[in-house]
Amino acid sequence: MQDRKRIAIIGATSAIAEHCARLWLLKEPSDLILVGRNSKRMERVATDLYIRSQESNIQIIEQPDFSAPDAISFTVEELFKKKPIDIVLIAHGSLPEQHVCQDDLHTCRAALDINGVSPVLFAEAFAKNMEKANHGTIALISSVAGDRGRQSNYVYGAAKGLVSRYTQGLQHRLASSNVNILLIKPGPTDTPMTSHLKADGASLASSELVAENIVNAVASRKKCVYTPSKWFYIMLIIRHIPSFIFNKIRI
Amino acid sequence: MRKVSSWGRLNAHPHHVMHLNSPVQAEQIIHDTPTTGIPYGMGRSYGDVCLNPQGTLWMTTGLDHFIAFDHNSGRLVCEAGVLLKDIQRLVIPKGWILPVTPGTQLITVGGAIANDVHGKNHHIHGSFGDHIKQLSIIRTNGEVIECGPEDNPDWFAATVGGLGLTGVITKAEIQLSPVSSPWIDSETIPYTNLDEFFELSDSSEADWDHSVSWVDCISGGGRGLFIRGKHTPKSDKLEPKTSQLTMPITPPFSLVNKLSLRAFNMAYYHLKKCRSTRELIHYEPFFYPLDNLHEWNRMYGPKGFFQYQCVVPRQYGQDAIQSMLKEISASGNGSFLAVLKTFGDRQPLGMLSFPQPGVTLALDFPNKGKDTENLFSRLDAIVTEANGRLYPAKDARMPRELFEAGYPRLSEFIKYRDLGISSSLSRRLIGS
Ligand SMILES: Cc1cc2nc3c(=O)[nH]c(=O)nc-3n(C[C@H](O)[C@H](O)[C@H](O)COP(=O)(O)OP(=O)(O)OC[C@H]3O[C@@H](n4cnc5c(N)ncnc54)[C@H](O)[C@@H]3O)c2cc1C
Ligand SMILES: NC(=O)c1ccc[n+]([C@@H]2O[C@H](COP(=O)([O-])OP(=O)(O)OC[C@H]3O[C@@H](n4cnc5c(N)ncnc54)[C@H](OP(=O)(O)O)[C@@H]3O)[C@@H](O)[C@H]2O)c1
Repeated sequence: MQDRKRIAIIGATSAIAEHCARLWLLKEPSDLILVGRNSKRMERVATDLYIRSQESNIQIIEQPDFSAPDAISFTVEELFKKKPIDIVLIAHGSLPEQHVCQDDLHTCRAALDINGVSPVLFAEAFAKNMEKANHGTIALISSVAGDRGRQSNYVYGAAKGLVSRYTQGLQHRLASSNVNILLIKPGPTDTPMTSHLKADGASLASSELVAENIVNAVASRKKCVYTPSKWFYIMLIIRHIPSFIFNKIRI
Repeated sequence: MRKVSSWGRLNAHPHHVMHLNSPVQAEQIIHDTPTTGIPYGMGRSYGDVCLNPQGTLWMTTGLDHFIAFDHNSGRLVCEAGVLLKDIQRLVIPKGWILPVTPGTQLITVGGAIANDVHGKNHHIHGSFGDHIKQLSIIRTNGEVIECGPEDNPDWFAATVGGLGLTGVITKAEIQLSPVSSPWIDSETIPYTNLDEFFELSDSSEADWDHSVSWVDCISGGGRGLFIRGKHTPKSDKLEPKTSQLTMPITPPFSLVNKLSLRAFNMAYYHLKKCRSTRELIHYEPFFYPLDNLHEWNRMYGPKGFFQYQCVVPRQYGQDAIQSMLKEISASGNGSFLAVLKTFGDRQPLGMLSFPQPGVTLALDFPNKGKDTENLFSRLDAIVTEANGRLYPAKDARMPRELFEAGYPRLSEFIKYRDLGISSSLSRRLIGS
């Protein structure tokens, strides 16, 4: 019998990540490790997943500070001590209001930390162990917002851009290994993060669809996925609009 | 503000939209909402029961987590925004099924309770609320009330069928029914008049779990197709059919166009020749023939459409249905097909639950303004005469007197209302 998959999710209460977990467990019972900052919120997710897949093992790890290097490496080392991880999805993030980042440097700093620095620290810790095992997939959720800085959310965008560029380098480093690195760039998606946008009438992709694209991209060992896929073309255009035109449009 | 409509798409007014993403956060949001609010599930109600123009809508689909499931007893606890579809897909492979399900599974548990929805098996299992063992509601003053058939039964009877007006349901415990497989042994039988329909309905009660019928509204005579089904283990005798073949006997009744009429006629004459067909059919096409036709409600164009659903007691039932079919046929305004089914002899659980012993007729009408309104007035007169009532889940226009006449427990219900909750239906029919 083949070994069960061992899947870790960082930011396990994220709606997108939760739908990925539902799909993974629907495919086959697995060992799932949920990492997040609040165990009460994670329990709600874990109970639901357990009911959907009672043959799976679900473990919760509370990590109060997502920016603490020592705590992060400790968590990840402990995980690998038991058994190598097959897939890690690094999903946490938070969408700040751009104008608040401009007015208050503490908010600005926190946004850069949680969306940029923190995912990199987690990814590095996993990369080290996966490289050793010569096995595994690291999937990082960046965003289309990281493809080009825009007045409406460039602090968040810059942090996501950091993740994208970091991933590029990590892929380069591990190119000859058996470890796959997947960069995920969702467009606007219907999750708690965007509730306020939806309330104003924005049209958003469903988190089920985005999760399905992510799970498929992991399975087919892709390097980069835009989800929904139309965002590949939209961002292709946006990236190539010359700045003398771009700077005249308010997006 | 966002423009929101319900299934009938009669209007799309701006609403303050607030998303409930967890029971804990829901408490906070509901308490802090400055205007009146109404819960909104999947918006599969046809009229204004889930709408509150200029006020707040609490969107419940983020409350989509399972909380407990006992394989041995079939007890399921879940949050109120879980879809019936997700429940069916989880529990049917494990030998359990929702005892009552309406004609779509794309609705929430909260919506199913608040309208106390019915299925094709009222004679056996009553309505959705009959299988709820416990529920929690949040009131706008911050109070949380737990209730069930034995625990705070008055609050329970007010909330089941309570149109969302007693509080926001956050979770519910449901007793599922055992089931041997996802397959249904289904038989379709043509009938030429209402006498035959009632005979078929009565004679099917003992041996068949589900029954429903499509009745032809063009001819006015009451011919139709009677469909009955029972849960069955998959057997060699009956071969599952492909969806393509089952299409003609599950007519998409709401397609107000020539296609649906042709499909109906084809099935009708074909069946007439060979009397009936029997087949093994998967529960999804059997219960939810329209769920795969995405957004079929857009078919009626920008003005939207109404559904008219009434129930009339059995003693006047046949005459009343006959007169309504005649009116509709003479008006030339309805859809070609209507759904006709009987309700069993059971008293409704909720103070405002719709099902009552008798026969229920449901059909769609494109919104043609005055013409449609006039026809409805004539139908209302027949329903009133027959001591019947209309279904609030489908309603966007019934006169207040008809509501008051149809729901004698209204005055009792009022005591349990949360005045921070209001819908355009409650303002229209209850005055606030
Ligand atoms: C194709 C189709 C077939 C149908 N067939 C049937 C049928 O066979 N039998 C039948 O009975 N109905 C039927 N219906 C109607 C449908 O089942 C009901 O309108 C159902 O209540 C819709 O649920 P919803 O989740 O969309 O709720 P909504 O329509 O969004 O809301 C319905 C009511 O429930 C309240 N509500 C929603 N969530 C909560 C909550 N968490 N707490 C408190 N109140 C809440 C709302 O305020 C509102 O009053 C059908 C509808 C369609 C579109
Ligand atoms: N939704 C979109 O439109 C969209 C578009 C592009 C990219 N993305 C990215 O997709 C990922 C998933 O987001 P989502 O849309 O699923 O949003 P979500 O449901 O709001 O989830 C956000 C997650 O991040 C966690 N988180 C936020 N701040 C944190 C902090 N300071 N420390 C630790 N954890 C923190 C949250 O944990 P708690 O539950 O504890 O708060 C939660 O698990 C994010 O990286 C997001 O940037 C989203």
